[in-house]
Amino acid sequence: MNMVKTLLKSVRQFKKPSLITPLFMVLEAFCECLIPFFMAKMINEDVLASPDAMRTILTYGLVLVLLAVVSLTSGVLAGRFAAKASCGFASNLRHDLFYRVQKFSFSNVDKFSTSSLVTRLTTDVTNVQQSYQMCLRIAIRVPLQFIFAIIMSFTINHKLAWIFVVIAPLILVVLLVIIRYVMPFFRRIFKKYDALNNSIQENVGGIRVVKSFVREDYEVKKLQKAAGEVRDDFTKAEKILALNNPIMSLFINVAVLIISYLGATFIINDGFSHGGVLPEGAFDAAQLSALTTYGVQILSCCMMFSMVFVMITMSFESARRISEVLNEESDIVSPENGVKEVKNGSIRFENVSFKYAKTAHAYALSDIDLDIQSGETVGILGGTGSSKTTLIQLLPRLYDATEGNVYVGGVNVKDYDLDTLRKEVSIVLQKNVLFSGTIKENLRWGNENATDEELVRVCKLAQADEFIRSFPDGYDHYIEQGGTNVSGGQKQRLCIARALLRKPKVLILDDSTSAVDTKTDALIRHAFKEEIPDTTKIIIAQRVGSVEHADKILVMDGGKIIACGNHAELMAGSAIYREIYEAQTRKSEQTEGGVA
Amino acid sequence: MAEVKTNTRRPTMPKGPMRGRGMPVAKGAIKKGTLPRLLKMMFKYYKWQAIIILLCIFLNSFGSLVASLFTKTLVDEVITPGIKLGLGEVQGTFISLIITMALAYIVVVLAGFFWHRIMATVAQGMLYHFREDMFKKMQTLPIKYFDTHAHGEIMSLYTNDTDATRQLIGQSLPTLLSSSLTLVVSISFMLWYSFWLALVVFVCTFAMTMVVKYIGGNSAKYMVAQQTSLAEEEGFIEEMMKGQKVVKVFTHEEKAKEDFDKYNEKLFHDSEQAHIFGNILGPILSNIGNFTYVLLAIIGGILFTIQAPNVGISSIIEGIAPISIGMIIAFLGLSRSFTQIVNQMSQQISMIAMGLAGASRIFALMDEESEVDEGYVTLVRAKRDENGELVETTERTGLWAWKHYHKEKNTTTYIELKGDIVMDMVDFGYTPDKQVLYDISLYAKPGQKIAFVGATGAGKTTITNLINRFYDIADGKVRYDGININKIKKADLRRSLGIVLQDTNLFTGTVMDNIRYGRLDATDEECIEAAKLANAHDFITRLPDGYDTMLTNNGANLSQGQRQLISIARAEVADTPVMILDEATSSIDTRTEALVADGMDKLMHGRTVFVIAHRLSTVRNSDAIMVLDHGRIIERGTHDQLIEQKGVY
Repeated sequence: MNMVKTLLKSVRQFKKPSLITPLFMVLEAFCECLIPFFMAKMINEDVLASPDAMRTILTYGLVLVLLAVVSLTSGVLAGRFAAKASCGFASNLRHDLFYRVQKFSFSNVDKFSTSSLVTRLTTDVTNVQQSYQMCLRIAIRVPLQFIFAIIMSFTINHKLAWIFVVIAPLILVVLLVIIRYVMPFFRRIFKKYDALNNSIQENVGGIRVVKSFVREDYEVKKLQKAAGEVRDDFTKAEKILALNNPIMSLFINVAVLIISYLGATFIINDGFSHGGVLPEGAFDAAQLSALTTYGVQILSCCMMFSMVFVMITMSFESARRISEVLNEESDIVSPENGVKEVKNGSIRFENVSFKYAKTAHAYALSDIDLDIQSGETVGILGGTGSSKTTLIQLLPRLYDATEGNVYVGGVNVKDYDLDTLRKEVSIVLQKNVLFSGTIKENLRWGNENATDEELVRVCKLAQADEFIRSFPDGYDHYIEQGGTNVSGGQKQRLCIARALLRKPKVLILDDSTSAVDTKTDALIRHAFKEEIPDTTKIIIAQRVGSVEHADKILVMDGGKIIACGNHAELMAGSAIYREIYEAQTRKSEQTEGGVA
Repeated sequence: MAEVKTNTRRPTMPKGPMRGRGMPVAKGAIKKGTLPRLLKMMFKYYKWQAIIILLCIFLNSFGSLVASLFTKTLVDEVITPGIKLGLGEVQGTFISLIITMALAYIVVVLAGFFWHRIMATVAQGMLYHFREDMFKKMQTLPIKYFDTHAHGEIMSLYTNDTDATRQLIGQSLPTLLSSSLTLVVSISFMLWYSFWLALVVFVCTFAMTMVVKYIGGNSAKYMVAQQTSLAEEEGFIEEMMKGQKVVKVFTHEEKAKEDFDKYNEKLFHDSEQAHIFGNILGPILSNIGNFTYVLLAIIGGILFTIQAPNVGISSIIEGIAPISIGMIIAFLGLSRSFTQIVNQMSQQISMIAMGLAGASRIFALMDEESEVDEGYVTLVRAKRDENGELVETTERTGLWAWKHYHKEKNTTTYIELKGDIVMDMVDFGYTPDKQVLYDISLYAKPGQKIAFVGATGAGKTTITNLINRFYDIADGKVRYDGININKIKKADLRRSLGIVLQDTNLFTGTVMDNIRYGRLDATDEECIEAAKLANAHDFITRLPDGYDTMLTNNGANLSQGQRQLISIARAEVADTPVMILDEATSSIDTRTEALVADGMDKLMHGRTVFVIAHRLSTVRNSDAIMVLDHGRIIERGTHDQLIEQKGVY
């Protein structure tokens, strides 16, 4: 129920239509119940046989037309309000979800995969929207219609109407049993269905691998198995559901037969005992027919009810997934009245340890003590998994240190206003992303108000200007989603330029030149040194050459800084550094020299 | 970023797999002949089931019809005479009527039961065949198809479109059929009773059709708009979620929210309109039905009062007579069910449109042109006979040969698979109007290591794509062991080439499964051996379940470097004479890379290797280095030679 409460918070400005819809629905249901009643009154043998037949027909006709007008108006209005309420609710849900995700910290983001977030914002919201509309339109109307119909049948003939009261719960029970039996199937199917789509997606994404290894047949077999499982389970479930309809009509028909038998017997006996003429106002054939109509209505209410029940149960899973995101609290929040200015680019780590999850056994970082002066260039080297990236992500508070403190510009990062901190500590991520839009638009992520001249300046710094100009549209070149139409090296340089545009006090490059050739890499480093001397530059790299001339080089291994110093010091003092250096420069001294 | 773009589908550089979801193309377009093709397919796979279902639908409608006449018969033949004569007199008719009814109901129930049950098999089976056929077809499509279609778009065929056809096959078509049957029967009955009254119903039906046309048309229009907005918003969300970390790093949250609101607002508008039109259609139609009822009652009453002569088909037998009370009552009953059916059918319209549009797109994929393969030279296991000649064998000899059949001489020669690659004056362009490679010539002797270096976009990856025939060259020749690769069957050609791509793609499954992807009959030991050579063994054994660790989401739980190590192991298991490594080591740290390179060296014996790399350390010990620039080889030679030349290198 908590979950429903969470979701309903998003109804907000659509409360009014949400409340009005059921009102009109009730009105419509009311009219719909009265209509057959008056139809039976308007035209039957007695009426037609009587001399003032036309008057009766016209009177009741007028009543019926009025009822139809009311029913039409309320039906249309209910439809409009229901659309507004449900679409508005869905819109608000998407809004709330998206805004919530924008508040997430990195560790929150890590928790949900991209595709699951997309599903939650689209398919899941659509499911909830449908259920919501169903609730507004049908869930309230159906029980009412049920009650109306029961009342009407009792007014017609209370001796026969009890049959419905007996059969209706029976039908409901049977339908609910079927649903109960089928639901686990559906839950299983959803999982298998996901697996099926996942395997297709992998195939589409990895089609080059598939073709290279000539695994088409293998892939087809894999799909046949997955699709076959979905088919088998789905068929089983649908076969059970196929019982719904026939059982439903079985019950209705039995009820109709009983009513007809008993009703007809009753009328005949009544009429015969009165000498072949039914007394005035007695139960007659027309009423018998009306009774059957109500009977069908009552039983289809049960059917509708079970359908709504299925829909709502099925959307519960979606609701759960949505509320999971809505209830996810960001574990990094900007402090109130945070410091709005970063004085300089000095950095200090004080006894810092970090692990990604509270429950994790191993620390990703342990006992980090580090001092970096403003304007220094710092290189970080280390093997895959040595937590280089983790270390620098603590600076702009993408994650918070588990123990110890991190200072930037002499102030604990936790005391800064988050936006200020992240603006001044700019990071070029390892797994970087460009967005669909022109190069200019992408660059302006760094600074919305940057002039074209500034764009060109940072691109020159990042050695991107030249290739940008080679595009037919230059800086207006359109980047496809995910940056698929620029090469890896070009993408990295654009990302660097974007970060430079922020004019940060601290600039961090996380292996951001791995796809850039050595010559360009050297040019970028040179430009940094000349053009932005006051910015603290932290460079994570695989190539010793990229960090060789740094003021300070950190060598990391297993979450610890195992050596720190400049090139000469490390060559003298660190065996590992020397080993890396020699491995990379063996036989290539002359080449490196030739290039630089 | 802000404005919603309409022309985002541009020719895409075929470089690396495209990610994400593109804008939907022409949603809602239904190609002619889709329905017949669908039905034909259904009859092909489920002939008997389809016939039984048709029979059941027919029986069901027939039974319902008999049942609908029940009340009238009951009144006319039992109640009315019964009141006068007493129950005893009509008892016989009464009982037999009840029994007839019970039988009719049993037919209805049973027919309904079998119809729905068999339909479950057919509908789900059809979906299976759709998926299977599409997937099979997709495996044969050229890489170009995947370059030019967004992955989201392809996925949507398997999800949204397949689902839409399920609705169509399982629900809409049968409903439509059974409704039409009932419709035809009730029209006949109406005409049987009275032309005049039938005319009234037809006029009202015409009004209903107009309403359906207007409201249904608008509903469909906005439904399509809603789908488009939804897809656009989904595209935006996906992009933002993928780049969420970048959004945070650049504190771009507010801007993202602002952009999102624009998409969301548009979607809200479109879906609200679509839902409004969808919601009001039902009440409007059923109330037109109510008006029709009243109108019929009034006109019927007038006709009865003035005793106007009634004309209907029944008049042919019974002669023209004034309308009777029973007739009016029966007619009114018919008109109610008639309008209900029209209402029911109109509810299916949008479903049918969506289903057919989905089926059109599915068929469009099935009609795509497959990769052309005119190759006839095949790769076979071989051994040497006593004369030292190559002969075909089924044993695992480790020796492979190209089986080359010469048509003009009607002879078959066997050429040993060695891995000798020659490119001779090759030109190539992804599109005819834009050439990207010019006059590429190179020779790779078996066991040689050829490196491609050059700026990004110089055409390095493109060359390797030509060797495995992902794309076909425009001019020139590529020879493999002296055979023009156009003559070699593509599957056999690719089987003889190992490849490690720039973007690693791992599949859901265990680490072992992923390594074995290279050669399906490789033993566990062989896989582990390959992993050891690639230096992946160490980290794999440190994973929670070692080689049995499940990888999901393209190996999201591994680092980029680890994924690449696995993909190298996968290529090693394939054990091919030629290996293509496309920047395979760019994300592995230098220490690991040195270890990999070491493993590679051991493996290099007897292998031709093409390497694309930016780092000099990876290409230094190559036999030949090709320096590429703007699609041309501008320098070539060994490392030392190139240094001598003091050129671009």
